[in-house]
Amino acid sequence: MENLEKEQIVQDLLPQEFGKQGKIWVACLIALCVIGFIAYCHQLSKGLVVTAMRDYASWGIYISNFVFFVAISLVGSLITAVLRLTDVHWSTPLTRIAEIIAVSAITFASIIIVVDMGRPDRFYNLFLHGRLQSPIVWDVIVITTYFFISILLLYFPLLPDLKIMLKYKDRTSKWMYKLYSFLGSFWKDKPEQFKITDKAINILSITIIPVAFSIHTVTSWLFATTYRPGWDSTNFGAYFISGAFLVGSGGVLVAMYVFRSHYNLKKYITYDHFDKMGKVVVMLALLYLYFNVNEFLVPAFKMKKPEEEHLRGLFTGEFAPIFWFAITTSMLLPILILVTKKGRRPFPAFIAGILVVIGSWFKRYIIVTPTLLHPFLPMRDVPASYHHYFPTWEEWAICIGSLAGALLVITFFARIFPIIPIHETITETEEHEHDKK
Amino acid sequence: MEMNEKSTSRREFLTAGLLAGGLAVVAGCSSKKSPFDPEAGDLVAASGEKVKLLSVDGEIIEVDKAFLKPVPDLPQVSNEAARIGIPGKKFAMVIDLSRCKSLKKCQTACNHMHHIHPGQNWIKVYPMQDADHTSPYWQPTTCMHCDEPPCVKVCPVDATFKRQDGIVLIDSDRCIGCRFCMAACPYSTRVFNWEEPGLTKEIADKPYSCETSVPQKKGTVGKCDFCPDMVRKGSLPHCVAACPNGVFFFGDMLEDSVTNGSETFRFSDLIKDKAGYRLMEDLGTKPSVYYLPPVNRNFPFEKHDEEDSTENKSKSKS
Repeated sequence: MENLEKEQIVQDLLPQEFGKQGKIWVACLIALCVIGFIAYCHQLSKGLVVTAMRDYASWGIYISNFVFFVAISLVGSLITAVLRLTDVHWSTPLTRIAEIIAVSAITFASIIIVVDMGRPDRFYNLFLHGRLQSPIVWDVIVITTYFFISILLLYFPLLPDLKIMLKYKDRTSKWMYKLYSFLGSFWKDKPEQFKITDKAINILSITIIPVAFSIHTVTSWLFATTYRPGWDSTNFGAYFISGAFLVGSGGVLVAMYVFRSHYNLKKYITYDHFDKMGKVVVMLALLYLYFNVNEFLVPAFKMKKPEEEHLRGLFTGEFAPIFWFAITTSMLLPILILVTKKGRRPFPAFIAGILVVIGSWFKRYIIVTPTLLHPFLPMRDVPASYHHYFPTWEEWAICIGSLAGALLVITFFARIFPIIPIHETITETEEHEHDKK
Repeated sequence: MEMNEKSTSRREFLTAGLLAGGLAVVAGCSSKKSPFDPEAGDLVAASGEKVKLLSVDGEIIEVDKAFLKPVPDLPQVSNEAARIGIPGKKFAMVIDLSRCKSLKKCQTACNHMHHIHPGQNWIKVYPMQDADHTSPYWQPTTCMHCDEPPCVKVCPVDATFKRQDGIVLIDSDRCIGCRFCMAACPYSTRVFNWEEPGLTKEIADKPYSCETSVPQKKGTVGKCDFCPDMVRKGSLPHCVAACPNGVFFFGDMLEDSVTNGSETFRFSDLIKDKAGYRLMEDLGTKPSVYYLPPVNRNFPFEKHDEEDSTENKSKSKS
């Protein structure tokens, strides 16, 4: 009886081949990546002049896209580490989804930051001449660390699953079988091995929390260490972290829905998961809203002269449509949807997740560019085009290409590896049965 | 090796000091064939007008003016020496706002000498009005060469650096183009080479020098450099020399003197008597550029028609 159930779980969770929909999806993503790559080649030959960035708006959507990627990658640490250490078990089926989002997002964060460089050919100077006092060097260090810890947190729990997949040789193609044996042929399901990986995962779960806080705090310091109105804020670290957990959880809601309906995982990602994840998102949205109130209300109360122009630009001026759109879609609407029990059913929760993710992308834009267009001294002695910023097709293509690339990594990962941990699901079901008896 | 370079740069500096005062010195006094012999070089007839010069041996000699030949430019210092700066100096600038009428000759000269990409400017001239009912005035800005430079703090690769003589420079051969320094600078003084700067081949092929900031390179940051190459030669920065109204004063704070070419003041007296100040003192950046308030003005404030022109249309208005 028990064996049959186990067999059923394995059959349900083994990676599945792409159907027609899957193939179309992959083709679209690849096409977007290719367009982005062409745009980047264009940028490489002509220089950053192909972007709309100029001397005042010297950072544009590349940087806001970078902040977005770093932000969304934080969810890996939240779901795998924070919930694991607090002994929350309902999130087990979501750990791998969160962790692959983290890995692919942090990879593309690194790529997009190279895209923003004027001289990517001199990247090695960071290692040759790097100076520890620059927050950029801190960012390079913590992002690299975070990447490797995330990879390990993805890999260790995968080991028992690799053994299971090696058993089902008929379900895998030749190269995938080779990949599985390369990654996990040493795994024998021995108790000592479990002991070692459990310990390793525990250590990594503890270390990843400060590292995760560091990556986004340091990213916020790229702005907060300057004097500019809108960035010169002691609130920035906490403001960024809370926003990051929000967008990551929104992303997990979306991914849960897509995997659930596409791979037919209704038994594994249940209403209960959406209900609990929905509550998490409401809490995080409220938290982020709280930091937003701090971030904008306090300077708006004083209206210091350099801040005034910036804040008026956001509240009622040039940037008001995007500002209010971002606030509404990333926080207010998701709260309204997810606060009701009906709103936490899969489909409405999925919509709320999408709103969070889109709103958060524009929120990052609002954080980066308006400040640069409100310098201390008025804009002067530059061509008229330097006074405004609207991204060019190259910038859109590269940013969309990078987002498509991140989705592609997640898609291929789910094609090759079980997106819901098989071994852990079996163990938990067994424990559950055991508890019942 | 490094010691060697240091001593070379000192020697070069001493030579430059010798040249200071604008005198041209004749080279090679000790060669067997008299360099003053008309046959030796270009055929020049003696003008009869004598000029007193200090020979390298320290004697005062008299030479016919017609035989004076300008010495070729001193060789540029190496970029390692350029990072150290000129020992025993602390450069500063004083900008007298009561003299500025936004002719922008400073800007033209600077753009021309540094081969800046058309449309961009290292020197900007702002129409300023501090409050609704206060008087407007023109405020030229250069790089402030801060003593606590926020740009240098954030640079991840030490491409922009602070020298012991107070000047902040950029090594365009090292800059990775992250533009963090531009975000960090509160004075909006830095510009970026978004595309190839459009130089002639002759200029573009020169090796980059931190002291001349030439040639500008695609994908790197540029800014006002206080013209240390001119200073080494004993000349004034291009903007100072180009201003017909004597707005800019340049000098060494340790010597306590600043000059605009025709007038020289004791720096501390000038700042004390005219209530000199610095921009955004509250940020703690400690600029090396001082401003004298726009009082007892030489010109009324007249706003030109130009709206952020890319070229200097002000020429016609003078």
